[in-house]
Amino acid sequence: MPSPPPASPALEVAHLSKRFATTRVVDDLSFRVAGGSCFGLLGPNGAGKTTTLRLCLGLATPDGGSIHLGGHSIPAAAATARARVGVVPQFDNLDPDFTAAENLLVFGRYFALDDATIRARIPGLLEFAGLSGKADARIATLSGGMKRRLTLARALVNDPDIVFLDEPTTGLDPQARHLIWQRLKELKSRGKTLILTTHFMDEAERLCDRLLILDRGRAIAEGSPRDLIEARVEPQVIEVYDEAGGDLDRFVAAHRPLAGRVETSGETAFFYCRDAQALLAALAGRAGLRYIHRAANLEDVFIQLTGRELRD
Amino acid sequence: MNLTSLIGWLPVWRRNFLVWRKLAIPSILGNLADPLIYMLGLGYGLGALLPPLDGQPYVAFLAAGTVCASTMNAATFEALYSAFSRMHVQKTWDGILNTPRSLADVVAGELFWAATKSLFSGAAILAVVAALGLAHGWIALWALPAVVLTGLAFAALGLIWNALAPSYDFFMYYFTLFITPMTLISGVFFPADQLPGWLTAIGTALPLAQGVALVRPLLAGQAPPDALLHAMILLATAGLAFVIALKLTRRRLLK
Repeated sequence: MPSPPPASPALEVAHLSKRFATTRVVDDLSFRVAGGSCFGLLGPNGAGKTTTLRLCLGLATPDGGSIHLGGHSIPAAAATARARVGVVPQFDNLDPDFTAAENLLVFGRYFALDDATIRARIPGLLEFAGLSGKADARIATLSGGMKRRLTLARALVNDPDIVFLDEPTTGLDPQARHLIWQRLKELKSRGKTLILTTHFMDEAERLCDRLLILDRGRAIAEGSPRDLIEARVEPQVIEVYDEAGGDLDRFVAAHRPLAGRVETSGETAFFYCRDAQALLAALAGRAGLRYIHRAANLEDVFIQLTGRELRD
Repeated sequence: MNLTSLIGWLPVWRRNFLVWRKLAIPSILGNLADPLIYMLGLGYGLGALLPPLDGQPYVAFLAAGTVCASTMNAATFEALYSAFSRMHVQKTWDGILNTPRSLADVVAGELFWAATKSLFSGAAILAVVAALGLAHGWIALWALPAVVLTGLAFAALGLIWNALAPSYDFFMYYFTLFITPMTLISGVFFPADQLPGWLTAIGTALPLAQGVALVRPLLAGQAPPDALLHAMILLATAGLAFVIALKLTRRRLLK
């Protein structure tokens, strides 16, 4: 199958709504995902990310709005659309009774692929997942990172145009995460459309061309990571930690005017500034306060938009 | 290539078959041992004290009941515990639903798989029954389709309960409230007309009794009276229960 031309939308969602009892889980959500791009859905726990994915796959019925996935209307033509889609679910559901290769074989059959076609694809898929020697390994003997990669390989068994990934690296160590990221970039360079949910801001910043930040089912910001950072927060951040009775409160009160915005959270103050020089000078030689100076990132945008309080 | 909706369930069935194949021998032996011990123990032990029933020795009478009860149990266990573990614990169904397969494909795949397992079980018992000389003539082979119908009916009924179950513990109620009492009033161990009239009437209407009414004459070498009626009741039970199970499962999984 040729990849769709980059301009045609892989996914188009308009005024989507979904309620569970009286809670609006998805509330008048609209967005487009360009073919061949990587699109991220960001949001705190309970923001509606997974529900949005389920709606887009036709696994839940919307209360309002329209969805077109790969040109097909969802949920009416969901089965047809899913034939060209791969899904990496939030929690691995590999078949524990099968080996790695059997997992791929059995999964390929759900796409009505014949065994010869699937068997021909298995070595390439395992190699892509870094599991070449593991064809006959039982699932229980694989590490968390290996299972995640096998789940990714399984999502590719039908050579999809669009891949959905629900928190693809949650629970993985840094090495395993970097390997997944590398593979996802490779998929994008092959022309696949990636649609992922995450609450790791570094993951979103690295991978996504475009992001939608969701909170309580509503879109609260959308754009490229760079545009969001430029538009929403000051470019420089100084985090000041009170280490040994440095009297952070007094420092903040005295130097507030040097920053565009100051937030405190426990023993840390965040100074968001256009120009950090004056504040850095004030911090130099100040006993009891430790600080780091960094560029603003997506996490700053996210916290600014969704607040610092815990979401459980 | 596109799977037609008619065989969309087949990859689901094949998945379960592949798992079973890895454990086939212990699975068959496990399914066979318990009912055979009862059949032989009660059949020859208790049977020695009893007069012939319906013109045959008690062990032959019990053999037909055992074939049907084993079929029912195999279908029920598969549709309850095994399907629940795939649906709820391992989330195998969730994975399948991310592919072009529909929920109807998944539930139908489980239905036909549970019926297949019950056929293995029923056929294995039948083979032993035949080897013991308790089956009379080739007509006994007609018991196999009767076993399939019985398995389909109980697989579909089990899938209803599966769709409603919050946990494995819930299945106990199905056995104590439905399966066990039914086994006792459906003519498996003794002729149902021994019971008070109203209880006989209930027992005769239940699905297990339809299977028994087909299998017992067939093993004795006779064509069952009202065979078509019993077969239609089993088929209707399977069809109706499947529709209900699918509706309930859809409500549970595709909110």
